[in-house]
Parts: sequence; C-alpha cells; structure tokens
Amino acid sequence: MITDETKAELREIAARYPQPRSGLLPMLHLVQSAEGRVTAEGIEACAEILGITAAEVSGVATFYTMYKRRPMGDYHVGVCTNTLCAVMGGDVIFERLKEHLGVGNDETTEDGKITLEHVECNAACDYAPVVMVNWEFMDNQTPESATRLVDDLRAGSEVRSTRGPRICTWREAERVLAGFDDGLADEGPAAGPATLVGLEIARENGWKAPEGGQQ
Amino acid sequence: MTNVLTPVLSDNWDADRPWTRESYERSGGYQALDTALRMQPDEIVALVKESGLRGRGGAGFATGMKWGFIPKDNPNPKYLVVNADESEPGTCKDIPLMMASPHTLVEGVVISSYAIGAHTAFIYVRGEVLHVIRRLRAAVQEAYAAGHLGKNIHGTGYDLDVIVHAGAGAYICGEETALLDSLEGRRGQPRLRPPFPAVAGLYASPTVINNVESIATVPSIVRNGAEWFGSMGTEKSKGMTLYSLSGHVTRPGQYEAPLGITLRELLDLAGGVRNGHKLKFWTPGGSSTPLLTDEHLDVPLDYEGVGAAGSMLGTKALQIFDETTCVVRAVLRWTEFYKHESCGKCTPCREGTWWLVQVLARLEKGQGSEEDLDQLLDQCDNILGRSFCALADGAVSPIDSSLKFFRDEYVEHLRQGGCPFDPMASTLFSPVGATA
Repeated sequence: MITDETKAELREIAARYPQPRSGLLPMLHLVQSAEGRVTAEGIEACAEILGITAAEVSGVATFYTMYKRRPMGDYHVGVCTNTLCAVMGGDVIFERLKEHLGVGNDETTEDGKITLEHVECNAACDYAPVVMVNWEFMDNQTPESATRLVDDLRAGSEVRSTRGPRICTWREAERVLAGFDDGLADEGPAAGPATLVGLEIARENGWKAPEGGQQ
Repeated sequence: MTNVLTPVLSDNWDADRPWTRESYERSGGYQALDTALRMQPDEIVALVKESGLRGRGGAGFATGMKWGFIPKDNPNPKYLVVNADESEPGTCKDIPLMMASPHTLVEGVVISSYAIGAHTAFIYVRGEVLHVIRRLRAAVQEAYAAGHLGKNIHGTGYDLDVIVHAGAGAYICGEETALLDSLEGRRGQPRLRPPFPAVAGLYASPTVINNVESIATVPSIVRNGAEWFGSMGTEKSKGMTLYSLSGHVTRPGQYEAPLGITLRELLDLAGGVRNGHKLKFWTPGGSSTPLLTDEHLDVPLDYEGVGAAGSMLGTKALQIFDETTCVVRAVLRWTEFYKHESCGKCTPCREGTWWLVQVLARLEKGQGSEEDLDQLLDQCDNILGRSFCALADGAVSPIDSSLKFFRDEYVEHLRQGGCPFDPMASTLFSPVGATA
C-alpha cells in the first residue's frame, strides 16, 4: 500500500528536477522500495503526482530491466552471463545456483529470500566472474563461493560486498536508488585489487605523468 | 626513463579514503576549480579545444568542439549531462573512477558547467551500481557544504546545482539521446538528429553530454595546461587514458597510460595471457568494436591506429580471450545481449538482432549449412547503418569480424555437428585452465 508518507516522498523526488517528470525513474525505485515491486497502485500514484496517464507510467516501468512486476526476494542475486563473465565461469555459476536454489531465471525461492536472475555486463569485467547482490559487487566468484554466498544470505548471516558495505535488503537498496541516503557511503574500500593494479606497477617503477606547468 | 604508465586520474586511488573531500583536497583537489573560475568561460572552452581532449565514452569526438556548439543566443537554460551509464560489455573504467574518487568527476562537472554556462548539471549513473551512487551523492553533498557547489561558488557569483540520477537498467541509455529521453522520465529511445543535443537536448534546451572520464580529465588540463596534456599520447589522440584489461590475462585491471600504447606493452605489464595459454581474439573497446587477433598486438591503441586496423578504440575495454574460448559462443552471447537491449524503435535493429540470434544459435549447435554464414553476413548488411543509433551497428561488429578471422571455426561447428570446445576449459576454476 502506498502510504501518505510515501506519496510525500514521491512528490519530494519530483520536486528535485527542473521538470517533475524527470523524477519518474527514481519514483519507480521508491515504489519498489515501498511495495516490493512495481504495483498498479504505485503506477497510479506516480501518474497522479506527475499529471500523466497510468499508461504512460506503465510504458516506462516495463521498459527498464530493474523494475519488477512480481514480488521480489529480500536479496536479488544477479549472475553476469554476458560473454566475458560467462566464458570465465559465469555460466557455470548460474547453472550451479539454479540447481542449488531450485529456481529458474527470474524466480524467487519459496522462503522469499532470494530472487535469482542472470544480468548483463555490470562494468566490473576486471573482476570476472561477477555476481551482484542487490546491486553490490561480489567480485571474482566461483561456483563454491557463490553457493556459500546464497547460503549465508538465506541464513541471515552478515554478508559484505567485496567493494562496498554490508549487504542491505533489496527494498533498502531501492530506497537508495530513489535518492534517499542510508549513510553507508564511507563503508568498504576505495577500490579492489584490479582497480589498483596499474597504479601499483607505476609506483614500483617510479613511472609518473609529466610535471605540469601550473597555470 | 620512459613513463610507460602515467597515472593522473588514478593517481589518488591508493590514498587514504580518497572518496572524501578532505583526501581529495589534500592531493590538490578543487585547486583547478579556483583557477577555472578566474578565467572567462570561453577561455576554458578554448583551453580544452587546444588540449585535443577527445571523448572517452567511445566515439572520440573532440570535447572542446562539442562545447563550442552550444549556441550563445539561445534563451533557454543550458545543461551539462554526464553520461555515467557505463554498460558497454567489457567497459569498466568509469565505475571504479567514481567509486574511488568521485570528487574528480564533481570538480570536472563544475568547471565544465561554468565553461558552457550551465547552472544545472546531471550525473546519469546506471542504477546497478549501488555503492558508486552512494559515493557520488556523498561527494556532491560534501561539495555543497564546502561551497564548491550551490550559490555563489568560491565567491564568484557563479551558481550550480548537481543532481545525481540513478537509471533503471537499460544499455541503450548510454546512447546520448536515449539518455536524455530517459532523464526526462520516458522510455530510453534514441532521437533522430538533427537537431543535435547542443541545440535541442534536455527539455529541448542546449545540452552537452560527456562521458565520465572526459569530464574527470578536465581539472587536470586546467591545472597543468594544454601543452602538458599534449605531451602525452599521439599527434591526433592526445593525453592519458584508462585502459581496462579483462579476461584471460594474468593481472586484469585498470592501466592508465598515454594514448597509443599497444596491447603487447599492456600485456607485458599485466603478466601476459594466463599461464600456459595464448591470445586468440580481443576487443579494443568493448563488444561493439570489431574483434582483433594476435596479428594486432602492435597496433597503437589510439583513435587512428585502431581505426586503421579495421576496428575502433571505443572505450578502451580490452577483453582478452585465449585459445580455449569458442568464438561462436562468444559472439552468440553478445548478440543475445544486443537483442535484449535493442529499444525496439527501429525495425532493422529490433527484428534484425532477433534473427541474428536465431541463426547464430543454430550455428553454435552445429546445425545448418555454410549458406547460413552468408545469410548471416547478408543480415548484417541489412542492419548496419539503418537505424537511429549505433546499437545495431555495434551488434554486427562481432559477427562481421569473427567471420573475417574465424570462418573456419564456424564451419568446424557444422562439420562436427556441435561445438568443438569444452566450455569448462575457458573458466578460471577449471583444473585444465587454472593458472599456476
């Protein structure tokens, strides 16, 4: 149910932009945070606030992959199966997780904990094979590490992203995407090892960019 | 001594908490903004033109020239939009940059907005990178608190607001006009040009759209000068850039070097192709750039060099595949990606990518005949150059180029009635394929 508080927050999002409709994508993220998916009621609420039709909102909601029309688990586990990750083991990881969890692509486990999906390139190719949990990086996975990961998530143990904070729930993540901070920006490292590999080689060899002519 | 690598953008990534304003300013951050605000906006545009900076998002268009297209007499507000929708398969440079040092981008945004006369700027970041979005938002808040953003920046009377906007999962939104439609709260579908965004972009107002790395490079040019920037790189491809190595390479990761370095040199630094294996094929700049092979190890990785070799520098996303990788499987998977991500607006792309998958899937299973290979090329011919945007053109690149270099491998699938490769051998955790 879309509460008055959620409606006020939806209005707050629209007000951030020179033209309110620009807020629609983050507004739909907030609907997902509040409802666990994009609901008809959430679509109506966005349409009413923006003064557009429900069909127009629906057209947007169905275009983007991150918007879900079925109830989501607490943890969205996305296995990259674009070419590079697939070749390096993403396909094997995805097959193993389907078997281990007893679900197919875009399905949720019976306990409502995990929704499994194969995802496209997530811009972490130097950490392949990559798994995303609620859009946090879980770098350099193997079938074994990935099964442990989902077991830990289901058991409610604390799981930390390899380049980020402790994993929050999918609904909490969607709230961040809507533009409401959760205060976790300072958690996690600046970078993983692959990000720093070139810099380290440069430091070892004393290589630098030329001195600048300070203007 | 030759500086093979030249860290500028990545230089502070190993500092203590480099994502904070305090750390960024300790390494000289926001000094360029002071310098820039003492210049006339036109002088900054001229400086960026003189530097020779070219767009780092794939197309390589001259950044300063793009800024120069903004009409001065247009009464509408001007906008800067940063394309942080990094989604091209293989591309992984902007995300680590924003994660480690978001203030580099924020400082670039303020300088660039001042140069083009914008008072509102947007950073459109793909939604699937939660922690990067947190870091960007925190950096923007810190910049407001320190007076680098908001009203009367550094006491100069210049005002700028920056909005960090999260997307919702659509590769097409990396295309600049689709990004604008998406930022206006619509389905992300490309627009017909002209009019170009410089004249009628966001809200039909003059808009500059630049890639993250391009904008993040601007403070270093303001700080050190055009001549300094041009002292790195090649004649027409100036400066340093982030090369991203991934795949079957010993040390994958980010390597910041002058434009024009070769894959041979980069592989030397990266410890070569994984132990016991050899290079089979690679992309110079993401999956939309035609594949190259071990014949192309000495091609200078700049816009001209890679172009002359029949491909494109693109995003400098060097995806390395060794001899255990089936090229047909690789190409099929990319094609499935383009089919999934086609926005559906243009028929040749929407229908064409669907048919390409049908034909390739059969070939991968060793079904069909050699005529299907010609059929595939004919389909590509009917897709290339026939849509609003470059997605469809990108979709045919891996097919065309793989047939050029590996036609025999397609034929071998047909001869054997199946894939001749063991998919386990290409994984990192295969006993056969394992390194050391």
